[in-house]
Amino acid sequence: MSDTFHIVVCGGIVPDPLQTLEPVGGPNGPALKNEMLLPHVLDPWAGHALWEAANLAKKTPGSKVWLVSLAPKAKLQQVMMTVAQRVPLELVAVDGPSGGFTDSAEVAAALAGAIEAIPGLDRARLLLFGGWESASRAAGATLQMVGERLGITEQFQGVDELTVGDDGSLRILERVEGGQHQVSKCAGAPAVLGWATGNLPEPANSPQVGMQNMRLILPALQKAKPAQVSTGCTYASVALPKQMRETRVVKDTPVEDIAREIVEWITAG
Amino acid sequence: MDVDIVCVGFGPAMGGFLHTIAPKLAEMEAPPQVVCYERADGLGFGVSGVVTKARGIRGSFPNLDPAQIPMAAAVGEEKVLYLTDPYGASRRSAAVRALDAMARVASRNYAVELPYTPPFLHKHGGLVLSIGQFNQWVSEQLMMTGTVQVWPGMPVAEPLIEREAVVGVRLADQGGDLGMDIRAALTVVADGPVGPVGRRLDERFGVPPGFERNDWALGSKMVVELPADCALAPGTVFHTIGFPEPDIFGFLYVHPGNIASVGIFVPSWFDNPARTSYRYLQHYIMHPFLWQYLKGGKLRSWGAKSLQESGRRGEPWLVGNGYARIGEGSGTTNVLTGSGVDEAWTTGVQLGEGVLELMREGVPYTRENLEQAYLCRRRASWVERESRVAENSRNGFQRGFLTGMIGMGLAGLTGGRVCVHAHSRASQDRMQSMEKYFGGRIPLAEVEEIDRQCRADGVPLHDRMMERLGWPKIPYDGELLMSHQDALLVGGKVQGAAGFTDHVSFLDRDLCVLCHRRICVEMCSGEAIAASKDNDAPVFDREKCVHCGACLWNCDNIQFAAGGGGLHSAEN
Repeated sequence: MSDTFHIVVCGGIVPDPLQTLEPVGGPNGPALKNEMLLPHVLDPWAGHALWEAANLAKKTPGSKVWLVSLAPKAKLQQVMMTVAQRVPLELVAVDGPSGGFTDSAEVAAALAGAIEAIPGLDRARLLLFGGWESASRAAGATLQMVGERLGITEQFQGVDELTVGDDGSLRILERVEGGQHQVSKCAGAPAVLGWATGNLPEPANSPQVGMQNMRLILPALQKAKPAQVSTGCTYASVALPKQMRETRVVKDTPVEDIAREIVEWITAG
Repeated sequence: MDVDIVCVGFGPAMGGFLHTIAPKLAEMEAPPQVVCYERADGLGFGVSGVVTKARGIRGSFPNLDPAQIPMAAAVGEEKVLYLTDPYGASRRSAAVRALDAMARVASRNYAVELPYTPPFLHKHGGLVLSIGQFNQWVSEQLMMTGTVQVWPGMPVAEPLIEREAVVGVRLADQGGDLGMDIRAALTVVADGPVGPVGRRLDERFGVPPGFERNDWALGSKMVVELPADCALAPGTVFHTIGFPEPDIFGFLYVHPGNIASVGIFVPSWFDNPARTSYRYLQHYIMHPFLWQYLKGGKLRSWGAKSLQESGRRGEPWLVGNGYARIGEGSGTTNVLTGSGVDEAWTTGVQLGEGVLELMREGVPYTRENLEQAYLCRRRASWVERESRVAENSRNGFQRGFLTGMIGMGLAGLTGGRVCVHAHSRASQDRMQSMEKYFGGRIPLAEVEEIDRQCRADGVPLHDRMMERLGWPKIPYDGELLMSHQDALLVGGKVQGAAGFTDHVSFLDRDLCVLCHRRICVEMCSGEAIAASKDNDAPVFDREKCVHCGACLWNCDNIQFAAGGGGLHSAEN
């Protein structure tokens, strides 16, 4: 069994989670208000998966990381300027909407098709990484369907840790209820791992990594094929929750104090 | 790491430079490697709603349709308004009060439109822009050429200098020992008025005779989604004077999509030692004239930035062996016309044209060659000509608001031949004490008591002082009117990326303990500098810093180094 991996990370982009996101009806179905004006980031869940993938590739020389992303090309390019400085990767870009209103099955089909078309990808050594959820949809269904379309039956969701044995076997910690982890083992690749947060911080920027990645990222963006994905459903109405902001930024406050303050605020209302 | 050209800071000036050279590099068989590093965590960083004549920008994009640029509109209706104070809380001299009395006769909603607006203030034929969206739009086009690389989230710490020549830059440390050295034949510096590379060059190579940078302003703005029934058309431009304090100028520009940029400039000659831009901005938008348009609107984002307002007097050495400087940090801001983006862009274009010329000739980037290729272009251009007219136009503000306005008018109408003469002083030298500034309006003992309470509570003075002076409390609605900390979280993010050290520090902490004015705390745009409750130097939280640089302008005891992060709202 090979001890190197071909790691494909499925990762979309999302508006910065700090924005107030207002769904609106657009000519092509639901969309976010002023979506193209909003700053975007790599989906945080996918980000954890990407850092873990890069770390695994670094520990297992000969491994390689692809990032497969379905997103509007212009926005994806902006996000890549930050992400590409972090870890070595090869981008596979698919041009399409990224707002979270798209049909998961169609997104999965587009991603699976893009993965199948990656030249030189060894499916026997494939680890399919992604977020177990997404900041844009939170359903956690897409990655699973991509795996199914690729015929991968070993699937793990809510992953926080992956350890590769000397024999290439995988030991995986998956989140279960009550703050516990379920320990699973499988013989090795191929497998699908939907990551929770993992254990790694965001890597520092590296100018050399950025320049190395950029040689392939720009051509990938230029040849990105449009994806045929639809919203799959209609939304009768959408309303934003009413909000009253009263933020204080504090540090090192004990959890008990935070909890007490929240309870006081709720009961006072 | 070696490249051919390394660029510092991605703003309008760098956009102009890279946009000029990128298409030509694409035609070359072996193009030089050009890399640009930007501190902010996105290329859509920018903190300004802008109205510009856009002469240089249109020169670069001859068939420009404003609709191509998000939030851009052709300038439509322009008005200059004098606003009176509906609360009677601002500090107004007897002469200003007399002006107010006359203005009230013709005013509606406490505002009078000036019957005559001098031509130098007009922006006919120009553009209303979001500088963040403009930068983003430019960066998209640059990146797709594949000939230049622009990297956000990568602050540059300092220039590399060897044998009196700049040979590249050192990137900021991200938790290692030192940041990486990027060596290059040419270093293009466009890191703005408080950029560490530009300041280090000034320290090392000195400044030209007559150089001074005493005048500056803190620009603070909001991007507002206007109420659905707002009648303001895209391209509408309001310039205001007189409120919230006579010294504070304001603006409202309308973008497409029922969005407006509204903001103020708090100048260095405003002597209030408890000055704050955010609180004043809130009162500004609630002025009855503006509130008729803004009431019911929603805050989309907020930002602040300091501006170098000494104009040409603040021009450093523009070229040297291995380096050239463009943009605001090179003294491009025109303080008479109140414009800087187009001037910055144009100097970038001029350097780009010069660099292409030097590439064609195959000569090195020496001071002499850069003088010939870049400086001569700049000196012969409208940027230089108009900056000379503006050079002394704001002198009068050193003596007061009305003298300043008269001085601007004289300079503008006489092509700079007539101006008010006044010695410009740095803000820390001219700023008044608490006792002097507030003493005539609040009993001294009460000033001291408020100061004591604020120190004990670890909060800035300005809110309590302003309310004591008669400014009403801000009626927070969670939509447009919200706390300063809430505004920091709307429409963007303040990030202090892991690994970087604090970029703001206090050189002599004992001096801070003895300081009575604490202007660093009062004016901090992100409330990142807070008073210590332990009678110690202030504390700095880089996760709140928006990199406006006001602390550096205000105090010699501050060190402002390269750092990552800052507020990132692509709509600013």
